[in-house]
Amino acid sequence: MQSFKKTLTGEEPKAAAKPAEVKTEKKAEPKKEEKPVANKITVGHVHMSGCTGCLVSLADNYLGLVKILDDYADLVYGLTLADVRHIPEMDVALVEGSVCIQDHESVEDIKTTRKKAKVVVAVGGCASYGNITRFARGGQVNQPQHESFLPIGNLIDVDVVIPGCAPTPQLIRNVCVMAYLLLRGTEEQKALAGKYLKPLMALAKRGTTACFCDLMNDVINQGLCMGCGSCAAACPVRAITHEFGKPQGQRDLCIKCGACYGQCPRSFYNFEVMDEFEGILELIDGAMK
Amino acid sequence: MGTELGKYKVCVSARSTDKEIMWKAQDGGIVTSLFAFALEHGIIDGAIVAGPGARPWQPRPFIATTREELLSARGTKYNISPQVSWLKEATRSFGLDKVGIVGTPCQMQAVRKAQLYPVGMRDVPDKVALAIGIFCMENFPYKSIQMIVEDHAGTKLQATKKMEIGKGKFTVITERGKSIALPLKITHKYEQPGCHVCLDYVANLGDISTGSVGSPDGWSTVFIRTKKGEETWNKAIAAGCFETKPIEQVKPGLDLVSKLANEKISKNKKTVEERATFGVNKALRNPYL
Ligand SMILES: Cc1cc2nc3c(=O)[nH]c(=O)nc-3n(C[C@H](O)[C@H](O)[C@H](O)COP(=O)(O)OP(=O)(O)OC[C@H]3O[C@@H](n4cnc5c(N)ncnc54)[C@H](O)[C@@H]3O)c2cc1C
Ligand code: SF4
Ligand code: SF4
Ligand code: SF4
Repeated sequence: MQSFKKTLTGEEPKAAAKPAEVKTEKKAEPKKEEKPVANKITVGHVHMSGCTGCLVSLADNYLGLVKILDDYADLVYGLTLADVRHIPEMDVALVEGSVCIQDHESVEDIKTTRKKAKVVVAVGGCASYGNITRFARGGQVNQPQHESFLPIGNLIDVDVVIPGCAPTPQLIRNVCVMAYLLLRGTEEQKALAGKYLKPLMALAKRGTTACFCDLMNDVINQGLCMGCGSCAAACPVRAITHEFGKPQGQRDLCIKCGACYGQCPRSFYNFEVMDEFEGILELIDGAMK
Repeated sequence: MGTELGKYKVCVSARSTDKEIMWKAQDGGIVTSLFAFALEHGIIDGAIVAGPGARPWQPRPFIATTREELLSARGTKYNISPQVSWLKEATRSFGLDKVGIVGTPCQMQAVRKAQLYPVGMRDVPDKVALAIGIFCMENFPYKSIQMIVEDHAGTKLQATKKMEIGKGKFTVITERGKSIALPLKITHKYEQPGCHVCLDYVANLGDISTGSVGSPDGWSTVFIRTKKGEETWNKAIAAGCFETKPIEQVKPGLDLVSKLANEKISKNKKTVEERATFGVNKALRNPYL
């Protein structure tokens, strides 16, 4: 873990951490380098049919976003953010929103995105599952326009899924940092990033629908729920409460965002990452400084 | 196995020096005293604890922001309290920047997943200031506790003063001082199924974790695991909150903790394995893949 952090902050890896030495080393370190960082990855924000809440979430990293754009990623495409008309080649495409299949251009855009991006990330409920752009119920009645929108995974292969409505600034940040480590890191960092991203890649393979029912089918009715309460905390529309310790979902309120299932420790739980939580949280913290 | 106790910096046997807290604490009053100390010294702004619920011995997770509220949650309720359901609300509706939370090992896993993979846990990752894990062999639905106390122990829930699991027995102690000890063989079938795939006994992911096993009656075994945990613990010791003894000098000591941890983990690993070949070419889901 020590070496992850060291290379990330550009310091020389050392045999062992000696607090005293680290301090003097920090003092001796020259002021922030002037030269542009050459080794950045390229990232684009591809805006399909979404409410821009996902983009706002990315921006809600505040200085973290500035840090990401300074040191780890060049934004090569993004509506209103980058003055680029056609989708260019890029390492990572952060796709927000579902695809309106009545709109020829949107369909072409998502296909182009797949061709031009090494890694396609579905950011948020709409890109991942259709969410509120489709007939999600969520207190609504069925409307004709609901039939026009497809999650991007119905049209192209998706590599990583970030569920939720809106997705959290912190998970988007973590995925950006891990994508950087995966593409530019040392062997050790690549291995860590691979392990971290694996369950989010598995979620992408799992399918393009989400619902409170995922908890019912794949957690509760599989005898796996232990009543932690994560699902209720994760739900953006408070569709989940707990009765006698177990989740009770108001499925008519559910907007099909996938946050509850993704957050549930019994949907996926990877010991090799979770057991290192302290080091990884410090690593991400360090990367944002 | 060698990993059954998780990572830790120090392990001690301890008990609170606070007479008022000890009056109704489950064991050494570690959880309540540590939160009370942390609250008083601004280490946390509040803590998610399991207070009294709607029915006798039914826990209700809530956010305690005063010493009185912390004290109202003393003692173990052996049925599910979805602690994590308040984790996001604590930071939003309650505006806490430094959240304390107590919970079972699975709930500590949930807290760390909320920090590393904050799918729906917006702004939570940086706000967990003190997570105290309590050891846990199994937990029960409310109905089970009702059956155990009313049918097997033959007493009323309202008349029950304390419940304890230890030394192979589920013990119900009534307000009038009667003690009914049931062999755990009887209570096993009432456990919640989700516990049977659980691979953590001593809350490996808490900042600090504690339980009765390993220490003499009225004392607790305490693992100090993370930097945050260590910092808070050292301050609490310096302030005279706890009496401690080296764990090597108490009976039955860590050997028993290890033994029980290994028993739980190997039994439940076997369950996870059996689920893989449960039907004919049909598996029950494995959350750890
Ligand atoms: C289901 C369960 C099983 C346990 N199994 C074991 C075991 O096998 N071996 C062992 O050594 N210890 C076990 N414990 C822990 C033990 O019973 C004590 O909770 C622990 O030692 C803390 O005691 P204390 O005196 O420090 O806490 P106190 O100061 O009395 O405070 C207890 C704290 O626990 C919290 N709490 C009470 N009930 C619950 C609940 N259902 N879920 C989450 N939090 C709760 C309360 O909010 C309170 O803050 C178990 C606890 C639970 C809840
Ligand atoms: S998050 Fe998963 S394990 Fe926790 S209460 Fe909800 S369904 Fe159960
Ligand atoms: S129950 Fe809530 S968190 Fe789960 S999919 Fe529906 S809206 Fe999303
Ligand atoms: S046995 Fe495991 S799953 Fe069950 S309550 Fe305890 S920690 Fe949670």
